[in-house]
Amino acid sequence: MTVQARDLTKDYKFGFHDVDVSVFRTEKGISPEVVAAISDHKQEPAWMLRFRLKALEHFFKRPMPTWGADLSGIDFDNIYYYIKPVEEMGRSWDDVPDSIRQTFDRLGIPEAERKFLAGVSAQYDSEVVYHSIRADLEKLGVLFSDCDTGLRDHEELFKRYFGTVIPPNDNKFAALNSAVWSGGSFVYVPKGVRVEIPLQAYFRINSDNMGQFERTLIIADEGSYVHYIEGCTAPTYSNDSLHAAVVEIIAEKGAHVRYTTIQNWSDNVYNLVTKRAIAKEDATIEWIDGNLGSKVTMKYPSIYLMGERAHGEVLSAAFAGSGQHQDAGSKCIHVAPNTTSNVVSRSISKGRGRTSYRGHIKVLPKASNVKANVRCDALLLDEESRSDTYPYMDIENPDVTFGHEATVSKVGEDQIFYLQSRGIDEQQATALIVNGFFEPFVKELPMEYAVELNRLLALSMEGSIG
Amino acid sequence: MSETPQPTAIAEAPRVSGTGGTTVLDVAGLRVSVEGKSILEGVDLQVPVGQVHVLMGPNGSGKSTLAYSLMGHPKYKVTAGSAHFDGQDLLALTPDRRAQLGIFLSFQNPIAIPGVTTVNFLRAALRAQGRELPAREFIARLGDEMSELRMDPSFRSRYINDGFSGGEKKRAEILQMAMLEPRLAILDEPDSGLDVDALRIVADGVTRVMEKSEGRMGVLLITHYYRILENLAPDRVHIMHQGRIVDSGGPELAHVIEREGYDPYTTATSPAGPEG
Repeated sequence: MTVQARDLTKDYKFGFHDVDVSVFRTEKGISPEVVAAISDHKQEPAWMLRFRLKALEHFFKRPMPTWGADLSGIDFDNIYYYIKPVEEMGRSWDDVPDSIRQTFDRLGIPEAERKFLAGVSAQYDSEVVYHSIRADLEKLGVLFSDCDTGLRDHEELFKRYFGTVIPPNDNKFAALNSAVWSGGSFVYVPKGVRVEIPLQAYFRINSDNMGQFERTLIIADEGSYVHYIEGCTAPTYSNDSLHAAVVEIIAEKGAHVRYTTIQNWSDNVYNLVTKRAIAKEDATIEWIDGNLGSKVTMKYPSIYLMGERAHGEVLSAAFAGSGQHQDAGSKCIHVAPNTTSNVVSRSISKGRGRTSYRGHIKVLPKASNVKANVRCDALLLDEESRSDTYPYMDIENPDVTFGHEATVSKVGEDQIFYLQSRGIDEQQATALIVNGFFEPFVKELPMEYAVELNRLLALSMEGSIG
Repeated sequence: MSETPQPTAIAEAPRVSGTGGTTVLDVAGLRVSVEGKSILEGVDLQVPVGQVHVLMGPNGSGKSTLAYSLMGHPKYKVTAGSAHFDGQDLLALTPDRRAQLGIFLSFQNPIAIPGVTTVNFLRAALRAQGRELPAREFIARLGDEMSELRMDPSFRSRYINDGFSGGEKKRAEILQMAMLEPRLAILDEPDSGLDVDALRIVADGVTRVMEKSEGRMGVLLITHYYRILENLAPDRVHIMHQGRIVDSGGPELAHVIEREGYDPYTTATSPAGPEG
């Protein structure tokens, strides 16, 4: 072990990849034929093919967004849009082909499932290869499957909600996802059912030049509760991969949905995700959104507070190292009166890494007595790093309590010295400060994830001292 | 005690036998500048183990600069002279190495580390010094020390120095000293801003840690106030002025300063004490 500065890529422990075992893949590039091939392969109903093709038109029509991170490196013609790794989805890990199961073993998924999860979904490239849910939850009527199964087995329920929160013409990448979507999760929690332990989906890109377009639809019926956790990793390739997911959540009256993401893509992945939730009367939505990896992330989890007394929380943490740009934030749209939202964002930049906070708070004319609060703090670890804040506010009702606070600070020489004066070396001291800075985020995670996140942060900090 | 209008009695030094007389800190001809400005102009100072040495002097005389320099703050550049701890050259070492040798600095203005709880901070420090305790023992000891310092148990899970009052910060520094058991404690105005009761708790804390060390610890106490010396027994008092130690004496010297101030030093052009 040498004590030299190492870049993150070398420290990225998930950078391994397996040999290609895929059983089906579309040709590179995107066209109506590719879309039709995906739909045909999945034997979908005609309405879904029409939906996909219409979305593709939107995708072709929409210009590349230029208002955020630099996306000029994406070559849509050089991407595989659909790669099917296995013929059949496994219901037990033994059903999953060895090489793929080993990947998930290395990622600790089967172990986590045994220890503290109510259900697990594991997606490998375009398809979910493993799926399970605890029998007791299944008995209560909880549905947890990949989205394709949701469409096949519960078409009526699926169709009622699918694409209603994020229409295909919402933005270029939502349009792309709508055209070529595959995998993801379909969750339905019946009235009054509380799923007390988390459901987890794990997304793994294995192939080079891969585009992963999972689609997640979560429906929490009246008075229900569910916590859904999503983790993601990919091998480190020299070519870029694209991850453009769409996540739609509907929290019916009095329901409570918590959605936790620990995004740890390798640093060749463009992570361009549209996440949006609708909160009806007395419902609560919480986005807990952690972004460590990727080359570029653009992600603004949104909450539409449609019913009275609905509440939204967005708690996000981002870490940008060398060559990374985390352009993250949130949107809270207050449609109904007496709704509340709270946004807390923490970001750290290091070694020319760049973080941006982009937030939008909107209060519609009819939404009186709204409380909205935004707090974003950025920490810079060196002179080369960068952080920007772009807050947008449209307040159309005077009866609003609104707070906004933003800070940018540098790790102070005095903080480091203070810790050093207690015997802690400079690298450890920086790691402690970083962990402390993320503490409000980490303490919201299940313990196992908090430990893992702290470990990943420590790894990211290694070599940060010259 | 506190109701006595004129403090007169300086507490007696604990007569602890042991390795008394061995110099734990040896500073010779130390010159230090900060951002190009020379502050210390050749400091000579020895602190033996088992003793409390007090450093007094007017504002700006260089007391805190000496403390920071001995701990190794990067802003304080040593331009000449030497500093040895137990015979070992300090000046080549990073602050964390110095702490690992057994030097502790109680900060005049302790720094907040948001998100790092007091308990995790102390564990990290003990681990870094290779003296990690089993969890149960650690928690028990921490509890004992906190109750000695009249600190509420909730302190453990508060972020270190974050939102602490002035008095809480001072106590938290003494708590750290008690847990880390240094061989040399440099206390930079541990008494500033404290009321009489808090000051007594802090002074008792220092005394207790010293007694517990059984003569293996030396203290360099920087203070403006005579009052803390009523509760803490100094062996020697040094007066600093314009970056030099201009006078040294027994505990009675602090008494003289209390009565007459620093005028005898500040008005004289050459270092000369009132009583030689």
